[in-house]
Amino acid sequence: MESLQTIHSTFIPLRLENVDTDQIIPARFLKATTKDGFGKNLFRDWRYENNDETTPKADFVLNNPYYSGEILVAGKNFGCGSSREHAAWSLLDYGFRVVVSSFFADIFKNNALNNGVLPVQVSDEFLQKIFEQDNTSTLTINLEQQTIAIDATGEQETFEINNYKKTCLLNGYDDIDFLLSIKEDITAFEKQPA
Amino acid sequence: MSNDTNNKTTFQNPLSGGKTLFEKIWDTHIVKSIPDGPDVLYIDKHFIHEVTSPQAFAGIEKRGLQLSRPDKTVATADHNVPTVNQHLPIKDQLSRLQVEQLISNCSKHGVELYGLGHPYQGIVHVIGPELGITQPGMTIVCGDSHTSTHGAFGSIAFGIGTSEVEMVFASQCVLQSRPKLMRINIEGTLNNGVVSKDIILYIISKIRSSGATGYFVEFAGSAIRSLSMEARMTICNMSIEMGARGGMIAPDETTFNYIKGRQFAPVGEAWDNALKHWKTLFTDDNAKFDKEISINASDIEPMITYGTNPGLGIAINGLIPTLESIPDEGERKNIVKALEYMGLKAGGSLQGMPVQNIFIGSCTNSRIEDLRLVAGIVKGKKKNEHVKVMIVPGSQQIAAQAKAEGLNQIFEDAGFEVRQAGCSACLGMNEDKIPAGEYCISTSNRNFEGRQGAGARTLLASPLTAAAAAITGVVTDVRELLQ
Ligand code: SF4
Repeated sequence: MESLQTIHSTFIPLRLENVDTDQIIPARFLKATTKDGFGKNLFRDWRYENNDETTPKADFVLNNPYYSGEILVAGKNFGCGSSREHAAWSLLDYGFRVVVSSFFADIFKNNALNNGVLPVQVSDEFLQKIFEQDNTSTLTINLEQQTIAIDATGEQETFEINNYKKTCLLNGYDDIDFLLSIKEDITAFEKQPA
Repeated sequence: MSNDTNNKTTFQNPLSGGKTLFEKIWDTHIVKSIPDGPDVLYIDKHFIHEVTSPQAFAGIEKRGLQLSRPDKTVATADHNVPTVNQHLPIKDQLSRLQVEQLISNCSKHGVELYGLGHPYQGIVHVIGPELGITQPGMTIVCGDSHTSTHGAFGSIAFGIGTSEVEMVFASQCVLQSRPKLMRINIEGTLNNGVVSKDIILYIISKIRSSGATGYFVEFAGSAIRSLSMEARMTICNMSIEMGARGGMIAPDETTFNYIKGRQFAPVGEAWDNALKHWKTLFTDDNAKFDKEISINASDIEPMITYGTNPGLGIAINGLIPTLESIPDEGERKNIVKALEYMGLKAGGSLQGMPVQNIFIGSCTNSRIEDLRLVAGIVKGKKKNEHVKVMIVPGSQQIAAQAKAEGLNQIFEDAGFEVRQAGCSACLGMNEDKIPAGEYCISTSNRNFEGRQGAGARTLLASPLTAAAAAITGVVTDVRELLQ
């Protein structure tokens, strides 16, 4: 996993709540056996008319050349629904390193963290302030400090992340390395009498 | 050897001295706690299927690892499989590759596979319980959010992502933060025509699709106690639809009677020991929850959804909310978008609206009891000529039982299309899709945009409500047919 420390970027605003993982990556694109190439089907049915790649829907924000950046900003309860990790893979493959929302679904949050995509949960008010910014406005996310700032206005909020996950992300460590390092504890646990 | 029934001493809840069902199981499965981080939780049973496992197998192979405990993993093929002509090669090339990959991964790594053609094959959350693999007190995971289904047996069961599937492969553990705990008490007697699907749709409509995010939910109360295991599974299955990490119900005689005699249930002395342990699995009187909700069973009517998340549900004889009645702007915007997708009007009624499709199936409602409910309504009747009715049993065993009980005959006489076991039109990964723009009353669990096929419009409801609409061709209050 790639390490992540500070992200400084413009953002893409997705002004919708309850964005479920079936929208992020529809089930029919889950037939792959590798993690690659999911970005082209990110938000597939919102992006293209009649599922036809050659006809982008003009009103969908990813198709709006006005917006770009490594940060996706979305309404509350982002990532609800299915546990498909393909949702995190498709966001990452598309080029997002951070998703900002005022609320995340549990499994999505874990999946994102496990793939080096940082979910940043902010207050509803702060989310609104971000949505009020224009396309040139940048956000700075500092993982070490656990802060997110709107650079144009200097407004800033702190966000939560547990220490363990923070260390993993900062250093690009992954959970399996950790679990393998405590193999003895696991074996001892298995040997306990019933 | 097995940790399925171990009972180690752990810390007591400092607030009360009593423990919840959840705490009793979680605490005895902690291998290690990481300060200001998650717990390392030992997993007793790991289910896998073809869609969320290939990248995890590839992951451990890349690291040069073996599966830590292949004996604790069970595989099936369900999401991507065709539900007709399962004896023939899968036509869709990508689907076929995925299923073939599962076969080769399982054989390479020594994992038991109940794949296509096997008499135990079926939807992963249907076969675990029906084979007696799912047992009280276990920790159970699967790369699938509806793993919560298994919580009906008094186990801690939850969905994980593919990275976590890889963790279980590598270590038989996952890293999980301890969730907050919620109890939902449902007391009283259910009204005529109301079944467990209505209970859970009612709860989700009250607390919304994110109302239980961060929580693990225990369902309790006299209404829950009175339910069969099949009905309990329907409720736990959909706990994820209110955002919960999982749902659970304390095991009781109904649970023990269900498990006894199943293929992988303990026998003899092992059964006696297991039973002794299972009987300790309940929430102590003085245990504390972070949140408690009480519901009167008699308030619940047959339910149906009108929107594009499972929280947008109403009583079948009720009205879709008016926009003025929704104070929150974000939610209002969502509902406007949902209604537009669904082709429905705020303030309107659903009753009497024509539907074109009925889907009876999925890990929510494809068990034998669901099929019996449907048969009870349609016996001796014919489906409406304008609807297409697909009925998809959750497993090969259910399919065989339905046939033996004469249910298939009833369905075929009614003009239903009885298919073979799989996830089918629940998520439309195979060819079972609902055409764009058409309505489908579905016994499944998700009504997201495009879930049953691009542009498909899903109305979630109980098997009874689905059966009623199959006969009338319109959204119908099943109580009219029960009189
Ligand atoms: S039936 Fe539907 S919800 Fe259940 S496991 Fe299959 S796809 Fe998922």
